[in-house]
Amino acid sequence: MLGRTANGLYWMFRYIERAENSARLIDAGLRMSLTRSQATEDDWDGVLQSSGVRDIYDDGYENLTSTDAIDFLLRDKANPSSVMSCIDSGRNNARMVRTALTRETWEATNECWLDLKTMLARRVKAADLPEAIDAIKRKTGLIRGAFHGTMLRNEIFNFSRIGTFIERADNTARILDVKYYVLLPAVSQVGSSIDNVQWESILRSVSAHRSYGWVYEAEYKPSHIADFLILNGRMPRSLAYCYEKIASNLGYLAREYGESHAAHATAEETLASLRSHSIKDVMDQGLHEYIENFISHNNRLGQEISDGYRFY
Amino acid sequence: MHCPCCCTQMAKKGITPLAFDEMMNADNSPRQPYSTYNDWYASQDKTRLIAKSKEAENIFRKTGITFAVYGHADSSEKLIPFDLIPRIISGREWRKLAQGIEQRVIALNAFLDDIYHKQEIIKAGRIPRELIERNEAFLPQMIGFRPPGGVYTHIVGTDIVRTGEDQFYVLEDNARTPSGVSYMLENRETMMQMFPELFHQNRVRPVENYPYLLRHSLASLAPPGCDGKPRVAVLTPGIYNSAYYEHAFLADMMGVELVEGSDLRVIDGRVKMRTTRGYEAIDVLYRRVDDDYLDPLTFKPESALGIPGIMDVYRAGNITIANAPGTGICDDKAIYSYMPEIVEFYTGRKALLENVPTWRCSEPDSLKYVLENLADLVVKEVHGSGGYGMLVGPTASKKERSAFAEKLKSRPANYIAQPTLSLSTVPILVNKGIAPRHVDLRPYVLVSDKVQIIPGGLTRVALKAGSLVVNSSQGGGTKDTWVLED
Repeated sequence: MLGRTANGLYWMFRYIERAENSARLIDAGLRMSLTRSQATEDDWDGVLQSSGVRDIYDDGYENLTSTDAIDFLLRDKANPSSVMSCIDSGRNNARMVRTALTRETWEATNECWLDLKTMLARRVKAADLPEAIDAIKRKTGLIRGAFHGTMLRNEIFNFSRIGTFIERADNTARILDVKYYVLLPAVSQVGSSIDNVQWESILRSVSAHRSYGWVYEAEYKPSHIADFLILNGRMPRSLAYCYEKIASNLGYLAREYGESHAAHATAEETLASLRSHSIKDVMDQGLHEYIENFISHNNRLGQEISDGYRFY
Repeated sequence: MHCPCCCTQMAKKGITPLAFDEMMNADNSPRQPYSTYNDWYASQDKTRLIAKSKEAENIFRKTGITFAVYGHADSSEKLIPFDLIPRIISGREWRKLAQGIEQRVIALNAFLDDIYHKQEIIKAGRIPRELIERNEAFLPQMIGFRPPGGVYTHIVGTDIVRTGEDQFYVLEDNARTPSGVSYMLENRETMMQMFPELFHQNRVRPVENYPYLLRHSLASLAPPGCDGKPRVAVLTPGIYNSAYYEHAFLADMMGVELVEGSDLRVIDGRVKMRTTRGYEAIDVLYRRVDDDYLDPLTFKPESALGIPGIMDVYRAGNITIANAPGTGICDDKAIYSYMPEIVEFYTGRKALLENVPTWRCSEPDSLKYVLENLADLVVKEVHGSGGYGMLVGPTASKKERSAFAEKLKSRPANYIAQPTLSLSTVPILVNKGIAPRHVDLRPYVLVSDKVQIIPGGLTRVALKAGSLVVNSSQGGGTKDTWVLED
């Protein structure tokens, strides 16, 4: 396979994953402003930070308001992580690697782009937001479904999956990075309603507010939430789950090609650390440091994959 | 898709009563090739057909069968309208046409081989030397070099127009990188999906094996340096090129890599592509990049689309480039007017297919005639394409004509002129039923050790009543083209 094709697949799936995550972040932000007696701009500040686009927002807007923040996250072309920017980039990458995709996967991607382009052509009214966010999740879900249902399990599949999970791990880690302080035992007053809202918002931004209840018997506790998002191997957006997938897909490539690269060692190392630590270890080491360290390792892994498989 | 065309317009605006209609006779009975189709059409519910037409458009949009129009930033991807009434050609008509095309394509290759070697046609005084050697499409780098198998034009798209039962004219020989073949294939695919019964009732010759034939044709012309199974790749300028969809489609259907210049490098005298496992050699490159951009070391130094050094690899016999660089000299509009002589010179027989009469404005007598008859002529730039930079005499205003006359006088060699032809019509589906519209035809020809002509091709149709402009860049549409088995 061409290095450029591997690169295109990797980024196509990173962008589609990011579009979905941006939609989820908006969803969590909206929910928070509904449950709060007084919605504060700080909530949107946190959302913009989780998305890593606070600086770009300030370049284009004077004040932080919820309507501007939502529009910025949904459709601003100046924001490379806005839903529309991601879908544009994802679809451009898909066009580039079209020969590597099944017809179903390409068509789902193209239809997602066509529909969202129409839907996001102008500002979405507040009343229509839930429907819009739902549509984004549904359209990206169709891409994933077509991909899983029709693609051969070969190197094309592996590079696509690696892109998905590098992006997802980055997203989950960023949410934790921005919100880590509400999970610190020293700061939180257990059971206060402010904390509950914050915690639920974290879970909601990874679509895990329901599943959390099943696993931890609906007991909201910072260490449980951290455990769920970082170490729980059954939670599909946890760091541990992402790295299980990254390591296994890299493993397939190593066997197929008969050679491994720096990326393999890095992925295995991160996975081993996620497997061996308990949440207590993580908290003792310092949640913030742990997450920052993880984000920089995850970025390095992306670079090593790009180098090892000659993306450029 | 941007392709050159005959953008002539009739003297009288609106419907042209004199045009030959390929479906209906003057007495409103169907012509023979359409008789089965006409019965089927008569039995159809018209609202259902209109609905089918919308359905076809959705298929095209969903699949992303689009082309880009240059200069329209906000409408960068467009659909080419598809009309669902097929253009039907009888087996007898086709055989005649195919013989003429084959003769012409053989002559084109012989001509290219000659002008890059002995130049006998110049020595014989049949073509002026400066017309070749001062032509930008003539590549001195090709002098004395013979491509693998002696084939220059691996893929040709000959543009044909019809004016009567047996009158076919060649409008243009597209011998560089003719586009549009993906529309031929998708149009057929769409028709078979929507109206399977039509293909039971009519014996339509298949076009679906084109990608297979193309791959085999290309592989059979692998260079001498190729050991083992030839590795074929399609070279595209990238996703922003107007014909990108087609490049990806053909690579996909042939099962070969779609590469860009940035994927390729010359290593150890071979052209190699960067894969996830390292660099791998390519033997045959079906390039959809113009000559100028192919090799920055030989041609445009600023080209980022090409591969530095590929011409050296080519000349050393280690890669086949299809079509060969320098083939543009044979489909140049200035050369076009010499095609009857060229065909006769190399095949020893009169050309079976006619040229449209052409005045070369470089010749004083012709220039005089053209200036005097501007209101009846179409004047084209010698190097123009896509219907840009031309004058359609009959529909131009007096002011436009006199402005154009000045341009003509200042650079006469830059122009040729042709009479307006009464192009044949085929009906299209409109809200009220069917209505005749002018068409042209581009059959696709593959050259290897043999000449293969795909039965059918791309029919382009002007969607506006009376218009003769069939270009997709100017609002033309396409039709499925049937050649019947008879």
